[in-house]
Amino acid sequence: MNNFQYARATDVADAIRLLAADLGAKLIAGGTNLIDLMKENVERPSRLIDISRLPLRNVEETADGSLRIGALVPNSDLAYHPLIEQRYPLLASAILAGASAQLRNMASVGGNLMQRTRCPYFYDTATPCNKRNPGSGCSAMDGLNRNHAILGTSAACIATNPSDMSVALAALGALVHIAGPSGERTIALTDFHRLPGNTPHVDTNLGTGEIITAIELPPHGFAQNYSYLKIRDRMSYAFALVSVAAALELEGNAISGARVAVGGVAHKPWRSLEAETALRGQAATPDHFSHAADLLLQGATSRSHNGFKVELARRAIVRTLAQAANATPQSQAHKKIA
Amino acid sequence: MNAYIGTPTSRVDGRAKVTGAAKYAGEFPAGGLVHGFVVEATIPCGRIATIDASETLKVKGVLDVLTHANRPPLADKDEAWKDEVAPEGSPFRPLYDDKIKFNGQPIALVIAEDWESAKFAATLVRVEYEQQGFATDLEGERSKAAEKDRPHKPRGDAAAALARADVRHEADYVIPTEHHNPMELYATTAIWESDGKLTIYDKTQGVQNVHKFLCTVFDKKPDDIRVVSPYVGGAFGSGLRPQYQVVLATLGALALKRSVRVVLTRQQMYGLGYRPMTIERVGLGAKSDGTLDAVTHEAIAVTSRYEDFARNDTGWAEQLYSSPNSRFSHKLVHLDVSTPCDMRAPGAASGVCALECAMDELSVALKLDPIELRLKCYSDRDQSENLPYTSKQLHECYARGAEAFGWSRRSPAPRSMRDGKELVGWGMATGVWEALQMPVAVRIVLTSNGHAEVSCAASDIGTGTYTIVAQVAADALGLPIENISVRLADSTLPQAPVEGGSWMAASSAHAVLAAAEEVRKELLGLAGKMPGSPLAGAELADTALIDGSIARADDNSRAVTIADAMRHGGVERIEKEKLNQFAEDKKHARNTHSAVFAEVRVDEELGIIRVTRIVSAVAAGRILNTKTGRSQIMGGVVWGIGMALHEETVMDHRFGRIMNANIAEYHIPVNADVHDIDVIFVDEADAHINKLGVKGLGEIGIVGVPASIANAVYHATGKRIRRFPITLDKVLD
Ligand SMILES: Cc1cc2nc3c(=O)[nH]c(=O)nc-3n(C[C@H](O)[C@H](O)[C@H](O)COP(=O)(O)OP(=O)(O)OC[C@H]3O[C@@H](n4cnc5c(N)ncnc54)[C@H](O)[C@@H]3O)c2cc1C
Ligand code: SF4
Repeated sequence: MNNFQYARATDVADAIRLLAADLGAKLIAGGTNLIDLMKENVERPSRLIDISRLPLRNVEETADGSLRIGALVPNSDLAYHPLIEQRYPLLASAILAGASAQLRNMASVGGNLMQRTRCPYFYDTATPCNKRNPGSGCSAMDGLNRNHAILGTSAACIATNPSDMSVALAALGALVHIAGPSGERTIALTDFHRLPGNTPHVDTNLGTGEIITAIELPPHGFAQNYSYLKIRDRMSYAFALVSVAAALELEGNAISGARVAVGGVAHKPWRSLEAETALRGQAATPDHFSHAADLLLQGATSRSHNGFKVELARRAIVRTLAQAANATPQSQAHKKIA
Repeated sequence: MNAYIGTPTSRVDGRAKVTGAAKYAGEFPAGGLVHGFVVEATIPCGRIATIDASETLKVKGVLDVLTHANRPPLADKDEAWKDEVAPEGSPFRPLYDDKIKFNGQPIALVIAEDWESAKFAATLVRVEYEQQGFATDLEGERSKAAEKDRPHKPRGDAAAALARADVRHEADYVIPTEHHNPMELYATTAIWESDGKLTIYDKTQGVQNVHKFLCTVFDKKPDDIRVVSPYVGGAFGSGLRPQYQVVLATLGALALKRSVRVVLTRQQMYGLGYRPMTIERVGLGAKSDGTLDAVTHEAIAVTSRYEDFARNDTGWAEQLYSSPNSRFSHKLVHLDVSTPCDMRAPGAASGVCALECAMDELSVALKLDPIELRLKCYSDRDQSENLPYTSKQLHECYARGAEAFGWSRRSPAPRSMRDGKELVGWGMATGVWEALQMPVAVRIVLTSNGHAEVSCAASDIGTGTYTIVAQVAADALGLPIENISVRLADSTLPQAPVEGGSWMAASSAHAVLAAAEEVRKELLGLAGKMPGSPLAGAELADTALIDGSIARADDNSRAVTIADAMRHGGVERIEKEKLNQFAEDKKHARNTHSAVFAEVRVDEELGIIRVTRIVSAVAAGRILNTKTGRSQIMGGVVWGIGMALHEETVMDHRFGRIMNANIAEYHIPVNADVHDIDVIFVDEADAHINKLGVKGLGEIGIVGVPASIANAVYHATGKRIRRFPITLDKVLD
């Protein structure tokens, strides 16, 4: 860990000012990802700007029925918030599938969106990694890549985004509210994270000096027919090999609206409008789910160890859609896959 | 005299542990304490060309940077570095010279006023290496395997018998490298006393082992160093040998003449020992009636370039299954890695896993129930020595375990027991471990108020030694357990070996009995001299200590209270120390046994495996404490679940680096992976092994568990996965 300065931001504008004043500065919220990376010498901020006491902890309904969630709402509070439990249970479920109770207590919404990949080479400064050290090479490409991406990869990086929450947010069509030196803006969650391309060191479209202030959930929460299924190497407290957030609107057994986002397979939560469109108007049957899965996974490629993920993802998508259609969402508390 | 022995007594140290009153090695305070942080090598093989600490030394608070170039003297001879349990070879010496032998090797110690400064300053040490070619991949280097050991002499002609067998099964089973990951980090606080002597608080399984080691490594007299380790937050074998942080903390204290603490990070602990990866090749040849004609077992294991670490992976069939022909061999491949070390049931956990998977495969080939096959081959003798056992209730383990599990309701065909989306599988395996015992000395100080202090250098690594010692002492001295205080793990206390091999319960218990007998002898002398004593003329053997009195064993009413006897004799305290040696018995084999039954449920589409039930029936002689004993077995079972499904140290052989050196990515079972665990202690009276008939429970709990799960996975899915851990990608493959 390096030596760093510490400043506590008094308000959002102050945080933006402090960021602008020191290009090596980093925001710190819950610290559960940033501090770990600092301990590994992966992140070496010159200054930590502590935003954890800013008044960004509200969950409020807006006039149009959307829900605005402050960037500092702890993951646990959000998962157990009555409005989330009732209107957006998919989000609650995805959050509870992540990390551990202690981590969720500390982790913030903004930090969760910004968490970095768990690629082991990214964490190990003794190995080449384009994301950590641009131009040094990608050790995972021909190395250990069992949990690496199968979609949207580039020759420079095959890392995945590890967030569970983001997968549900992608499915729900959430927006990200951002404040920065040139004012405020809003971008879709699905446009927030980037594919690695030639710049794998840039995870998101958050600009220099910008800060996430809130996320916004559109009114429709798919509270009837949803499921979040996370497949991992143990039953809890492990990052996803594959995860699926599925949300359906049903009229009888016919699908009138569908959202599917897949986690653990790409540098960002993976959605396919083609797949969702294909589901619309169809009966909620395994065949149609399977077809949607094929569309979602179009173009999937794999390296030496992660080939299994393609078929696993396909099956997980089908299963999750079935859970959603049957209104039997995956429980995150039982020691069992439904 | 058995108010406590054999009862479910709660841990006497439980309260101190859960309230934080128990202090661990990295927690002892000292005036002027400073902190060392370890700099590790980032290459697996080569030498340090230059090491530049100039920037480090500029950091405020940094006091010194110790390297091979500037450290205080260390012993030159291998003998000085060989601890009580060192394998053959030339032990690793931290900061000794410029050679790099493994990735993660300590190459410098940055010492600063506070830990954070040391940690930061450590990042500024600039190291240039001269890299050399290296190899870390056991499977890639398999052809270089050289025979190290034959655990047992071959019997008959196993190769020929295997070739002619009616039914033959031969396969490789691969067990990956695994790390212990005890909860407590490795730590040493080396306290520089005013007289220049050192008190070393160390995380270790053997204070006297560390003491002797430090004395030879630093050329000190025994009185110059004292090693203390009152509580250990798990070690599982990783603390049997002195670990490098104790050398570094001591070096620091000697260099600065100050108290120094060194605490390793979780990541750095992956540079210590580990369970070696092994390729286990098992061959079984059977007659069509299900009796065995040949057993072969060859293990190929990783070790370092500098030491030959080898354990008995392969010999266990000699104890379990009768076969006229057998051959065992343990081979080593030397790689550019640190030396492996013991890890819970070393050898057996891996070797029996392979053997028991192979037995399951044989039972399928023979169309025999797996228990029936094992009963057909049941061996009443240890075949290698042709000896009977002191006791062996393994058949009872099979019977009681099967009954509790409901084994008779198993439908033998794979994939035949479905429940919704899940395939249900039932598997079983046998476990076996040694019943070892070692010389241990105990001191008892009895005061006339009926309190006793019982002390011994043995460690309690979380297994419950404090409690066992207190129980046995309370019974042997006839006192309530509240009146017994136990002191352990101080090198100045009476002799004890490292705590390992499951030998400490039996060994410490009998040492307590021996010392208590000395106390009783003295009390009898005092009581017998009292006027009109009811014990006048009584022989020692006819007396017992009961309810605070010394009494005639056949008539407890003829008694003198301890207080009266001591008052009359004019003594305030009776202090006795006794070294207990077990009588040598070359006429028996000594083992513990278990039968483990597992139920798994495998999601057919997704490959997710859940271990929903385990029944472990254990025969281990008399169980001294059924509560801590049960916990011990449960811990072994949970670890066995991990060995079957989760644990694997993953290395990138291009860099020779471990890539999951943390407990986020190195998986062990979490609560959600653990369901019902039923522990059964089978009655096993043992008149031969020792007075109390105790065998020890530390390791038997894990042995057999991974195989029972693997066999259940086969039964569920019809898929035989011989490469551990059994992850879902292998199930889906
Ligand atoms: C052992 C372990 C297991 C885990 N398992 C999972 C899992 O299974 N699933 C999962 O989804 N997550 C998992 N996590 C990750 C966890 O969810 C994240 O660490 C957490 O959400 C980060 O939030 P934080 O507030 O602590 O972020 P911090 O660590 O404080 O910050 C992380 C990053 O976000 C930036 N940041 C923080 N707030 C803002 C803001 N408002 N605007 C702009 N940038 C900001 C920081 O500058 C920093 O770069 C795990 C973490 C650990 C340590
Ligand atoms: S996959 Fe990405 S993060 Fe991992 S080593 Fe390659 S460049 Fe680095």
